[in-house]
Amino acid sequence: MVAIVDYGVGNLFSLQSSLRSLGLETEVTGEADHLRAADRIILPGVGAFGDARGKLDATGLVPVLLEEAGRKPLLGICLGMQLLFDRSFEYGEHPGLGLVPGDVVFLGENLTDKRLKVPHMGWNSLEILRDDPLFRYFENGEYVYYVHSFYARNCRDSTLGISRYGDAAVTGAVRRGNVWGVQFHPEKSGAAGLRLLRAFAEL
Amino acid sequence: MLAKRIIPCLDVRDGRVVKGTNFKGLRDLADPVDMARFYNAAGADELVFYDITASAEDRGLFTDILRRVASEIFIPLTVGGGIRKLEDFDRVLKCGADKVSVNSGAIADPSIIAAAAKRYGDQCVVLSMDVKRVDGKFRLFAKGGREDTGIDAMEWAVRGVGDGAGEIVLNSIDTDGVKSGFDLEMLDALARRVNVPIIASGGAGKMEHFAELFTHPGVDAGLAASIFHTKQVDIKDLKRFLRGKGVEMRL
Repeated sequence: MVAIVDYGVGNLFSLQSSLRSLGLETEVTGEADHLRAADRIILPGVGAFGDARGKLDATGLVPVLLEEAGRKPLLGICLGMQLLFDRSFEYGEHPGLGLVPGDVVFLGENLTDKRLKVPHMGWNSLEILRDDPLFRYFENGEYVYYVHSFYARNCRDSTLGISRYGDAAVTGAVRRGNVWGVQFHPEKSGAAGLRLLRAFAEL
Repeated sequence: MLAKRIIPCLDVRDGRVVKGTNFKGLRDLADPVDMARFYNAAGADELVFYDITASAEDRGLFTDILRRVASEIFIPLTVGGGIRKLEDFDRVLKCGADKVSVNSGAIADPSIIAAAAKRYGDQCVVLSMDVKRVDGKFRLFAKGGREDTGIDAMEWAVRGVGDGAGEIVLNSIDTDGVKSGFDLEMLDALARRVNVPIIASGGAGKMEHFAELFTHPGVDAGLAASIFHTKQVDIKDLKRFLRGKGVEMRL
């Protein structure tokens, strides 16, 4: 069973539908016992980092996530990926879960071409830097769907893939041990995204 | 780099897809769920659904269709039509929409843009505008292009983006349904004023029109309905054609 962490952030309809379309059993849950019983965990998220961190703290699930991350595959998606890092500088400075070393910073600061629009929204090609079982059904250079204004930096050792936006190398996929993160939305990335989710379910 | 997007637009009334010419003369086409499946397989980068149902009681039929589409099509979905209050945003987002497009609702109550952007994020709020030249000026029209609001369209766009609209669909009434190409002059005028993604709508008649459109760097996406619905232009062929012309495309 794939547990999707419910902490009151974002719309989980598509994520749940995409997993179901792959024939996977899935549950949106905020219960510690259910996360412990799951085979794998997805941490979703949209919105602002500080707000999301506050809501996650309020559920009391953080210690459970930190514990379970050592035991089973965990995938952070979009803001859920950003939460995996040490800290974020979105409207102030906020601590992350510290599961993957690195910082989350504003993308606009790192674009020299000021005509480039932020948020970075749309389909971009994912360049695989390091092969990983997550890419078992994914080809280098396939397009994935992004919507974000902040991105992860100082995480080279964990980076699996990037997308280029102007002169910025946007961290697209990371891994540290049992913890994976993708900045893009696999549940909105068409067939390529579904294949990536399938690979996650087989990890 | 980001790919340019090709977006088929499905106008849905009473549970069926329709497409008018110059906003009049609607005619029945097909089942929206079948069409969504077809476009997804053909490589559409996003789907836009406009609910053009007149009565509130038929809204349930539309959200039901939306839920069915969103449970099997995993690309971004934008929904518009009848969006007047925050509850309307909520209603369609819960059914699997990723972005909500507001047009007449924002004209009636401009504060809805800021309120929705604050609650759901800028990326979720699409400002859709119907624009027509009046005395050599770009003028904002309401009610599906029937009513001149007297508002300067470019000022309206700047204000909307300032309030948090994350994307603009610019539909030129002057070129809509004419199939002689997008309104490049109008699009350029908009691109000079705002720095959010611009979706061009109105005027696509053949593949070359999209190639021409994407030589204008301020434009991020091309939206069309009838040429795709009638299979006059096949999305797969179009995307291959554009890539051949050097336009970045997701194939």
